[in-house]
Amino acid sequence: MAEQRKNTFALKSGLARMLKGGVIMDVVTVEHAKIAEDAGAVAVMALERVPADIRAKGGVARMSDPKLIKQIMKAVTIPVMAKVRIGHFVEAQVLESLGVDYIDESEVLTPADEQYHIDKSSFHVPFVCGCRNLGEALRRIDEGAAMLRTKGEAGTGNVVEAVRQARAVYAELGALKTMSAAALAKKAKEYRVPLELVKKVAREGLPVVNFSAGGIATPADAALMMQLGVEGVFVGSGIFKSQNPKKRAKAIVEATTHFDNPDIIAKVSEGLGEPMHGIDVASMPAHERLAGRGI
Amino acid sequence: MWRACQRTSVWQVEAFSMTGVLALQGDFAEHVRVLEALGEKATLVRLPADLAKVERLIIPGGESTTIGKLLEQSGLLTAIKKRAKAGMPIWGTCAGAIVLAKHIEGGRADQKSLGLLDITARRNAYGRQQESFETSIMIPTISKKKIAVAFIRAPILTRPGKAVKVLATRGKEIIAVQQGDLLATTFHPEIPGSKQFHYYFLNMGSH
Repeated sequence: MAEQRKNTFALKSGLARMLKGGVIMDVVTVEHAKIAEDAGAVAVMALERVPADIRAKGGVARMSDPKLIKQIMKAVTIPVMAKVRIGHFVEAQVLESLGVDYIDESEVLTPADEQYHIDKSSFHVPFVCGCRNLGEALRRIDEGAAMLRTKGEAGTGNVVEAVRQARAVYAELGALKTMSAAALAKKAKEYRVPLELVKKVAREGLPVVNFSAGGIATPADAALMMQLGVEGVFVGSGIFKSQNPKKRAKAIVEATTHFDNPDIIAKVSEGLGEPMHGIDVASMPAHERLAGRGI
Repeated sequence: MWRACQRTSVWQVEAFSMTGVLALQGDFAEHVRVLEALGEKATLVRLPADLAKVERLIIPGGESTTIGKLLEQSGLLTAIKKRAKAGMPIWGTCAGAIVLAKHIEGGRADQKSLGLLDITARRNAYGRQQESFETSIMIPTISKKKIAVAFIRAPILTRPGKAVKVLATRGKEIIAVQQGDLLATTFHPEIPGSKQFHYYFLNMGSH
């Protein structure tokens, strides 16, 4: 049999490519995980509390109980992701040993390291990381992330930050394409990443898939982010904090696929019941904002 | 251009050669990239109306449970079956192979599939993501050279029916088959960007 290579960057980023056009749903129980799979989720994020409850509870938010993650891995046939604290490479070692399909090094949990993210290239398991702009995106890629998501503002049910960040990432990407060699060198310094990476991204675009997260609560929100250029969506509190999670989950899946078809988005948006209540991000004090973590 | 050589005129290439890539979910853009590199026109298929424009269809990698549900909700499940009966060539890669298969193991009891290919697809047969692998394979029917491919949470095909021709195995595992105008591969040539399978598929309907 021919030689085989495992855990390469092509395979890590390749799994994310298989998730494109799909919805990754936060689930806190086996029952939620099954509802998500039933609704057509492409993957689930196994965690103890959705971001809205992490906000409400306060205190330190950590990696979930391995027992819960294992139960969810057993319950569904789709990929299972789980979150670790920014910089907490031992939590990542634990999740790798459990065999999760993807690790989210997430600002939704309380950061463990204020200076360094995890050296993700040294792991077998692929990582997804949050970003608010191209600088954050490229730093995470340089550290070995195989997938990106804009951070949005998790647990708010408010899409405004997700929109701001997606616009920032794609505007900065567009600007890169027409820059002179000198300007690219300046950008590499500003972004604190190797010039080679900046040049490659200017030529070919991002080498990994970019999803949207943090604040998506309706089918129209999901389609909005897709029309802004992201390649898929994470929905956290938006589904299981709404009145009818089953119906809303299915509707968000359909709206993500048919994001450029208003007739279908209208149809699936009918009679979904109350969405999650939501928070006005502009009125939030800075210390309550999660997106500023891990820059 | 290679296709123009096989047709009687350039006009016919313009008029008839359009490959659809099912774009409900998955790595459809990667397939479009390879098709375009071969000089083939490609269009995304999300609704039955899109299917009417294409001569052949690629079902990409993705999550087979998700693609199955969206096939049914969009009306494409019936529409694709109908076109398949009329002889439209279809190629499924990974999740696409599962969606084509008559029988699915390791799936969900209610999992929807086209059920066109007389074979059993065993989902996630190698295990979870850390068992995914890249390799190169030799398939004389397709190419004289080794082809770089990626197996990502890949299925294995078993129990092929009489009409199914096994194109490639890896040890004892069946990884590529053809049944008339249907092609199925458990791996992704489009991830490393290999073009040989796309070239073979584009010529399948022209015998």
